[in-house]
Amino acid sequence: MSAAVVILAAVAIVCIPAASALAHARWPRRSPAAAILLWQGLGLGWGLAAVGALLGLGAAGNQTGVLGAAFARLAVIARNGTSQPAMTAVAVVQLLCLAAGLTLLAVLCWILVAAFAAVAKARQRQRQLLNLLAHGDPKVPGALVVDHPAAAAYCLPGLRSAIVVSAGTLALLDAHELAAVLAHERAHLRERHDLVLLPFAALLRAFRWAGVARRAQSAVALLVEMHADDRALRHRPARELATALLRVGAAGGGAVPSGALAAAARTECDVTARVVRILRPAPGLCPASRALVGLAAATAATVPAILLVLPLR
Amino acid sequence: MNRLGELERAIMDVLWEAADPLSVREVSGRLTDRDLAHTTVMTVLDRLAKKGFARRERSGRAWHYRAAESREAYVTELMLSALDQTGDRQAALARFARSVSGTEAQALLDALGALGEVARS
Repeated sequence: MSAAVVILAAVAIVCIPAASALAHARWPRRSPAAAILLWQGLGLGWGLAAVGALLGLGAAGNQTGVLGAAFARLAVIARNGTSQPAMTAVAVVQLLCLAAGLTLLAVLCWILVAAFAAVAKARQRQRQLLNLLAHGDPKVPGALVVDHPAAAAYCLPGLRSAIVVSAGTLALLDAHELAAVLAHERAHLRERHDLVLLPFAALLRAFRWAGVARRAQSAVALLVEMHADDRALRHRPARELATALLRVGAAGGGAVPSGALAAAARTECDVTARVVRILRPAPGLCPASRALVGLAAATAATVPAILLVLPLR
Repeated sequence: MNRLGELERAIMDVLWEAADPLSVREVSGRLTDRDLAHTTVMTVLDRLAKKGFARRERSGRAWHYRAAESREAYVTELMLSALDQTGDRQAALARFARSVSGTEAQALLDALGALGEVARS
């Protein structure tokens, strides 16, 4: 077993407890942007390392990097077919590892493509419906209004993006609170937070049984909201954003179908956590700590990538 | 909104208003503020039928169109997908605030109100 495979396996294994620790840590709330970067680094690093470790175990031999060795091995198998000499137990295990690595790679690629397709389809439907139903309102310049009494505000990301506000929200919030909502949603659209969330949502769909996938998804979703709150607070007073959040959060609950109760119970504290954070902001991480987090994110993602393509002697 | 989108919307409004399925001519007739060619209206109705928003049925020699669902049903669909918390649509839309229990929110709002009183006095 080469050093590269050992390192890749170590990274893949360490990423799991690291993600659990990050999900429970308190510091991400102080600097959501840095924490989001670390989540992305961990996610990418885990995927590359897990695939790389399996392929490396299967390839045995590291002259051309793990990926190159795996391809060389596959070429040999393709040439010899089933007419190989009697296989040893080690060779069988190697083949299984190779197959597992390729399967994991295919699954990870597939869930991303499928998630993109599902999201594109849902947004297309939203755009069509909004085109037929929504209208503008001077109270929320630039946003679309849907005539429904429930309180809801959301954004539809993409090239033709839109912010959507229900009539119930217009009735519920005053002009200042509406401006805070719009500032929050504009931050989501401007910084393409949907693209941040997509891979984690896709991972959760594929590994629904894994607690760490669920914790990662909800942690990143909350951090993205907190980051958008921070952006909104650059232009709007904290109080307006906090009251807007509480009013929409409290009114929106009634319209959620009963099947979603478990999710509501979990996210219940999310709104409270955001409000507390808005009203009593903790100082952000110092520049040195942020640099350290950035370095950790870069290391988690680049070390497996390098080991995949370059030979380690 | 582009011109085609605007036309689709105006024509759906006509279909939603109507009690019975309408022929292309009847739809044109109800778009009184516009001077639209018969073929334009037919094209838009055809597009709406392809997207599933309108249903067409033959009555005699002409096609008659009606809305596939009521306006309220579509509004409900929009809102449900926006309020859905179960994950699939989570990545497609980002909601401002997920639900919070009424009592908890009210307690915090009251606290905020009290703070405001102190600040003002």
